[in-house]
Amino acid sequence: MTIKDIFETMDYGPAPEASGDALAWIVDQGGKFGHFIDGAFTAPGAGFDSKNPATGEVLATLSQASQGDIDAAVSAARKAQPAWEKLEGKGRARYLYALARLLQKHARLLAVLETLDNGKPIRESRDIDIPLAQRHFYYHAGMAQLMEAELPEAQALGVCGQIIPWNFPLLMLAWKVAPALAMGNTVVLKPAEWTSLTALCFADICRQAGLPRGVVNIVTGDGAVGEMIVNSEVDKIAFTGSTEVGRKIREATAGSGKSLTLELGGKSPYIVFEDADIDSAVEGLVDAIWFNQGQVCCAGSRLLVQEGIAEAFHAKLRARMDKLRIGNPLDKCIDVGAIVDPEQRNRVAALVDAHGGEGEVYTAKCDLPDGCFYPPTLVSGLSPASALMQDEIFGPVLVSSTFRTPSEAIMLANNTRYGLAASVWSENINVALDIAPKLVAGVVWVNGTNMFDAAAGFGGVRESGFGREGGWEGLAAYTKPKGKGKALKPVAEFPGDNAEPQPVDRTAKLYIGGKQARPDGGYARNIFDKSGKLIGQAPIANRKDVRNAVEAARAAKGWSGATAHNRAQVLYYIGENLSARGDEFAAQINRLTGGKTGAAEVEAAVDRLFTYAAWADKFDGQVRSVPMRGVALAMREACGVIGALCPDELPLLGLISVMAPAIAMGNRVVLVASGPFPLVATDFYQVLETSDVPGGVVNILTGSHAELASTLATHMDVEAVWSFSSTDLSEVVEKGGAGNLKRTWVNHGIARDWMGEAGEGRTFLDQATEVKTVWVPYGA
Amino acid sequence: MSELGTQTGVALDSAQLPQTVEPRNPGMALDMDVVMNTRANRSAIERRAKTLPGRRSVKKEYQAAWLARAISCIDLTTLSGDDTAGRVARLCAKAKQPVRADLLEALGLPDLTTGAVCVYHDMIPPALKALEGSGIPVAVVSTGFPAGLSPFHLRIAEIEESVKAGAEEIDIVISRRLVLSGDWQGLYNEMKTMREACGDAHVKAILATGELETLQNVARASQVCMMAGADFIKTSTGKEPVNATLPVSLVMMRAMRDYYEATGYRVGYKPAGGISKAKDAINYLALVKEELGDRWLRPDLFRFGASSLLGDIERQLEHHLTGAYSASWRHAVA
Repeated sequence: MTIKDIFETMDYGPAPEASGDALAWIVDQGGKFGHFIDGAFTAPGAGFDSKNPATGEVLATLSQASQGDIDAAVSAARKAQPAWEKLEGKGRARYLYALARLLQKHARLLAVLETLDNGKPIRESRDIDIPLAQRHFYYHAGMAQLMEAELPEAQALGVCGQIIPWNFPLLMLAWKVAPALAMGNTVVLKPAEWTSLTALCFADICRQAGLPRGVVNIVTGDGAVGEMIVNSEVDKIAFTGSTEVGRKIREATAGSGKSLTLELGGKSPYIVFEDADIDSAVEGLVDAIWFNQGQVCCAGSRLLVQEGIAEAFHAKLRARMDKLRIGNPLDKCIDVGAIVDPEQRNRVAALVDAHGGEGEVYTAKCDLPDGCFYPPTLVSGLSPASALMQDEIFGPVLVSSTFRTPSEAIMLANNTRYGLAASVWSENINVALDIAPKLVAGVVWVNGTNMFDAAAGFGGVRESGFGREGGWEGLAAYTKPKGKGKALKPVAEFPGDNAEPQPVDRTAKLYIGGKQARPDGGYARNIFDKSGKLIGQAPIANRKDVRNAVEAARAAKGWSGATAHNRAQVLYYIGENLSARGDEFAAQINRLTGGKTGAAEVEAAVDRLFTYAAWADKFDGQVRSVPMRGVALAMREACGVIGALCPDELPLLGLISVMAPAIAMGNRVVLVASGPFPLVATDFYQVLETSDVPGGVVNILTGSHAELASTLATHMDVEAVWSFSSTDLSEVVEKGGAGNLKRTWVNHGIARDWMGEAGEGRTFLDQATEVKTVWVPYGA
Repeated sequence: MSELGTQTGVALDSAQLPQTVEPRNPGMALDMDVVMNTRANRSAIERRAKTLPGRRSVKKEYQAAWLARAISCIDLTTLSGDDTAGRVARLCAKAKQPVRADLLEALGLPDLTTGAVCVYHDMIPPALKALEGSGIPVAVVSTGFPAGLSPFHLRIAEIEESVKAGAEEIDIVISRRLVLSGDWQGLYNEMKTMREACGDAHVKAILATGELETLQNVARASQVCMMAGADFIKTSTGKEPVNATLPVSLVMMRAMRDYYEATGYRVGYKPAGGISKAKDAINYLALVKEELGDRWLRPDLFRFGASSLLGDIERQLEHHLTGAYSASWRHAVA
């Protein structure tokens, strides 16, 4: 076309970013890559091609790691770890800073390489992925610098196995590697097989930074390699990817003692109220669902629009879709690039094709190039029952529905297995700030979408996984408390023979929903003292009692909405009433356990109640310094319903040490009392009954930990399960928790000093809460 | 292009005046529901504006063509206390021959001119004389420009005088205090009276967005002025501390889009002040293309109020043709 022609058409024309340097880098490496192990690349082995999805061209040949490669990588990391940790935070900070600087110096090379390999528009890799990756290293260089001062009780986990997805290859690497290294861990990382090139380039950068060998190891290959890492001798697995694979990893690592964080799928709601800036909300959708071709775990993929504006909104949305430019990802004037791989494209197409006549499918009227591309698509008029409203598509496909009122918006938004992110659009601060905390999601954006920063935690709830990346809370994923615990010995109940009538027979019951309840099964067992004399009978709870208790706990949601001051008052009151009956409890404890520390245990329990009453209104959230005009709130929210197998050895203090932090933070609990010494717990519910504890907030079961653990762990309506049982049920709990990917906190057979410092404090509060990041940009 | 041409059969190149291809916006009754429901979220708008230059890029011959288009949309402006007939004549000469003839020849656009010339009332006669036969209209700033605080009847009289003197486009300033005090009916009445005073001349409503402060005010003022019959809405006088910006432009364009969707009438847009680089011009054109569509990329619906922009574009065009970076003294001054 001549200039005169273009003067009339005003077309954009091609604006390609040059790919020569990136391609030359691949050639310089020989076009074939081995693994990066112990500071050097291995000789390329049998493997697979890495292709440019936009053209289908082979970019490089990668090696499929063998078991031997994994062993070598893990052992290199293991060997390097002690020295790396011993370097101390300030020493490590220098390396992290160098990595950040080098990522910045090679920014364009990495951006082009990412776009070639992944198919995402160069604008995104250049303006979002790579700068955020740099930011993560800078931020965590700072965390390393501050570690000893600010986290004096924390130490590295050891060797971390990290498995990352193909949608943000270098950025996900940064999210994983930076905090791990900062805290003194070494890593074995596997990039996705479709997109390994920037990780390999990062390996090159590690050499340039002079990183000690073995600190970062990178192995390539498919899911089988990931499986090998999961099963290898690592101390931690960090995984970002599909919920399906995450669940398998949870099962595979259950009971192994390996730490685990999972960042999984999503079907994030994008809620638009009638008082929103409609045009901005429409534009926001471009960043929500057409960012990175919709291949974003936290994509705003589920549009919910208030009925009154739904028609106008959808009309504007369709018009906006038609303006999207889809094509060569290297073009600087492209909004939507290529789908990462034909396999993924076909998967997206199949999901949309299977919509079964539900809803109205609108395809953007933009030119669609040949190749691995999928057009921006809107499926409107769906109901929550539609599969497309529930299933993650992971492509440029938006589904939509309508709502009438704020409460209906919340109901629809939360009607999902996932809980990663959510957007709320309203110009009314009352509406927006009311809705944000009520959304079940790890991240909420008010009048915005897909905002990320290293200073703000990112991660999900429900089946979107657990653990946070970024912020102070993200460091918990790569540290553990200092010190080594002792093995916990099983505490056995005392044997005895039935005899000796009591002066007046007492019937201990379960405590469910604020009421004393007989066990569903109608069985009880005799409890004897050390000398074999009968003390009484404890009810044997079964799975139906668990069900009833969880139901009662779920129903007591008012507790989570109560003010922290009120929760503190209740905890104080429990302490007051327990103290009043201290002698009686001390005697009962002594009788049950055959010990003499009853009085000390009661005193410690009262003290613990006071401690968490104190904490109730002091475990604050934070405002994070993100690069934006606005605030990013790191809010501490209750997990919801927590099931706990209480410590066996200290029947009162153990139960209270678990119950008090949980309810202080607004959770409702289902407690399975000490197995061998249950009759303190059944006395304790009388204290609860006199202390203004709303029914259902605390539910107490007695029975076999081993028999009830699985029911609790597999219960889909329980958010977290803790096990401090002296029977090591860690595997049962972790494996069972895979079903709804609940948070688990188990002892792995290690004892805890309940009478001492380890028995209370921030660790418990951290476990009792989730950090929700609420982004609130503002501007008059 | 063919679609546009068939509307009237008039070639757009010479169609600088709105009435050539577009029916004039007749205005409508003040609809306070629309005004009060207009919402502008500053952070979201700024994000869109900030990322746009990274999302849209034009290179090589496309860039040259876009810059030529920018020239065709410039209201070449002099609004100084020391303007004289001679100064205005020089400006008009530049409007007629905005780029060196050899360069225009090489671009294949030998007849390229600016969209209009914009002057103060007293400079209308010399401007008209200098532009005679060129087809380039004379725009005039009016109504007590730039503050708009002279007696209302004198502001109306000023419009009438300018129209009588031969100005085809009248750039009026609105009373900012009406916006700041929420007197939308007052603003509507003022604008409507000014529009009537303009007669067949086209009226550009200058909102002085830098003095309205909030984007919400900008959005509402835009709606009210369009309802009252503005042919164009314009950001600034060039005399406010903050003049045209992309976020403000985005808000005004979205208001224009809503108005078009509601009434079927296209109102024109004129960012003014502070646009001095070729790259800025490309960004504005891209924003227009994205938010309003290609039809608005014509001088009858889009103008730059600018004085130094042309110089930078000239250098860029020469660079495009020669491959060597240019110098200002190689191009004629206004």
